[in-house]
Amino acid sequence: MTARGYLLYAGMALLIVLTGLVQGWNLALTILNMGLISAIMSLGVNLQWGFAGLFNVGVMGFVALGGLAAVLVSMPPVAEGWNAGGLRLLGALALGAAILIAAVQVWKRKIGGRMRTLVMLALLVGGFFLFRAALDPAVQAIEAINPSLSGYLGGLGLPILIAWPVGGLLAAGAAWIIGKAALGLRSDYLAIATLGIAEIVIAVLKNEDWLSRGVKNVIGLPRPVPYEVELQRDPGFAERAASFGLDPVTASTLWVKILYSGLFAVVLIVILLLAQRALASPWGRMMRAIRDNEVAANAMGKNVTARHLQVFILGSAVCGIAGAMMTTLDGQLTPGTYQPLRFTFLVWVMVIVGGSGNNYGAVLGGFLIWWLWVMVEPLGLWAMELITSGMSPDSWLRAHLTDSAAQMRLMTMGIILLAVLRFSPRGLMPER
Amino acid sequence: MTDFLNAIVALSNFVLIPGAAYGAQLALGALGVTLIYGILRFSNFAHGDTMAFGTMATILVTWGLQSMGISFGPLPTALIALPVGIAITGLLLLGTDRAIYRFYRKQKAAPVVLVIVSIGVMFVMNGLVRFIIGVGDVNFADGARFVINARQFKEMTGLDEGLAIRSTTLITLVTAAVAVALLFWFLNKTRTGKSMRAFSDNEDLALLSGINPERVVAVTWLIVAALATTAGVLYGLDKSFKAFTYFQLLLPIFAAAIVGGLGNPLGAIAGGFVIAFSEVLITYAWKKVLEYLLPENLEPSSLVQLLSTDYKFAVSFAILIIVLLFKPTGLFKGQSV
Repeated sequence: MTARGYLLYAGMALLIVLTGLVQGWNLALTILNMGLISAIMSLGVNLQWGFAGLFNVGVMGFVALGGLAAVLVSMPPVAEGWNAGGLRLLGALALGAAILIAAVQVWKRKIGGRMRTLVMLALLVGGFFLFRAALDPAVQAIEAINPSLSGYLGGLGLPILIAWPVGGLLAAGAAWIIGKAALGLRSDYLAIATLGIAEIVIAVLKNEDWLSRGVKNVIGLPRPVPYEVELQRDPGFAERAASFGLDPVTASTLWVKILYSGLFAVVLIVILLLAQRALASPWGRMMRAIRDNEVAANAMGKNVTARHLQVFILGSAVCGIAGAMMTTLDGQLTPGTYQPLRFTFLVWVMVIVGGSGNNYGAVLGGFLIWWLWVMVEPLGLWAMELITSGMSPDSWLRAHLTDSAAQMRLMTMGIILLAVLRFSPRGLMPER
Repeated sequence: MTDFLNAIVALSNFVLIPGAAYGAQLALGALGVTLIYGILRFSNFAHGDTMAFGTMATILVTWGLQSMGISFGPLPTALIALPVGIAITGLLLLGTDRAIYRFYRKQKAAPVVLVIVSIGVMFVMNGLVRFIIGVGDVNFADGARFVINARQFKEMTGLDEGLAIRSTTLITLVTAAVAVALLFWFLNKTRTGKSMRAFSDNEDLALLSGINPERVVAVTWLIVAALATTAGVLYGLDKSFKAFTYFQLLLPIFAAAIVGGLGNPLGAIAGGFVIAFSEVLITYAWKKVLEYLLPENLEPSSLVQLLSTDYKFAVSFAILIIVLLFKPTGLFKGQSV
């Protein structure tokens, strides 16, 4: 890192400390925790965009898959659900996968063109009805069991920390499928394809109640850190809190957040170190060579499509890990809250503002933009109150302006992105 | 025989007519995307929000007209407001081009940089729309609701199935046809239109033959404003206006433009209808139609809905992938970067 980099990081730390002093440490730690997660997402996108020039606008989908992993790994299994149709459902899913694989195999055979297309179509259409016939009764049976409380299969009942790598794996799997289809085609196509896969992931999460209860949400995920109530009951903890001059309730909320920060910071540092090593390694140099001149890299015997697929999967996996961490922090999976502007395009603002191609920049962007995202709302409201202070209290315009202040966020993010692109296109911490 | 007619009426009522209206709306949206791609050579992510902005401008003018007591008889007042809405949106787009896009054009920036810039514009426009009109549902359709409603149709024909033609559907189809006819006349018959096509085909040759690029770009933005606002207003009349829905239209619109072949106007129209009909056909519950067509012992017991309506994005997406895999330049030959 350069001197400028240290200065920027110090400034960022100062912003968070100031927030703590002015608005309370609880808020500062909340911002810090989401900032850590945002920084990881930003690192994932930087792997794809900064290293390889891949334009992925499906970050939301990979993040949501990570969240799904948190549910599937950590929630206790629902025995009645499994008895009602768990195995049948797994069988149906296996059947669906088998049909798809068979169709791909038929397509790969080098037999007469029209015959091959017909066989594949017949396989897909017939297979679809077969799949639905196998799946639907199982789904109905599972969703009928106690729908207001469970109505799904539950998870594996394992510690939620295991969900973090699993979230990465799920996202990597999705990335492999999408990369196989859309990489190697035109640049814009990957963007549209990822935009689509993200919407589909959210649609599946919202509708497949047997999987994660859909819009009924899964709440009360197990936590990797102690609960506040347990801490408050612990006399030793109350004593230590008192020695800092804090009452046990405040101390317990702060301590839980600090524990989360510690866990997230470890993950961030590990991923950052790995990404730094990758960037400096021959593999990283090859990636940048491909990014800067695909034709030349191809002529040098580099397999451009395979390398793109590799880095696309890696970056998406990092986003998946961040998604699992975020769901862990929230303690619930709420598919309705996944919005592309918040989870895809905001991460892009983080990468561009921080400095694409520079891992430290991406991390800084994650913290800074998240801090702004939280702060713009109170600042906007304050600005609006200042602007409207001269108007009469019951004026129509005044009410509209103060009500709409919450919408200032998106506009501010857009203006920041446009300003950085125009005046400092390489970001706050440029790549070399 | 009546069964067969009933089946056809049911199919038209729930699939063909709504599909055609939706297809026309998507086609207008996709035409805007494809024109920007052809002339300015980037995928404009702000297009959905341009549509939302144009619709919002039209709604505000409509409210103004309504408060003055002006109406359009049986037609929605929004149609009178539409030209004003288009003008406002045109000004916004020209302003955006001058303030933002022109800088990158002068630099000859890579297309992907322009795409990221358009994401910034998307944020700002989205924020602007939310700021001015809010995030809720706005229903601004007035005038007659139906050209013919289900009861009248049943009385007229004596069939069991009713066919309702909503006035917004008819307006959508007529307006879209007029807009497309005007566009093609403009592109093929006028000097400016020809210079636009020349610019799209080969920029360097067009410049050599004395075509003013800034004028071509400005005209393109104006046409895009007209198309996007019309598409947005028609969609809003047909359903309702909500800022977030328009943002989500981005995916089917892009799918339509790519399926048709990016940069090819004819392809965009075809793509719009392909996407719209596949979405409607696959998410429609076929039970009713099949009950009329099949003998009694074969009648289905379930809804025979291939996918729930929430998966309509999956349909656009699946078609997109199929076309990308088998015909990467789209159904009609588009440009490629």
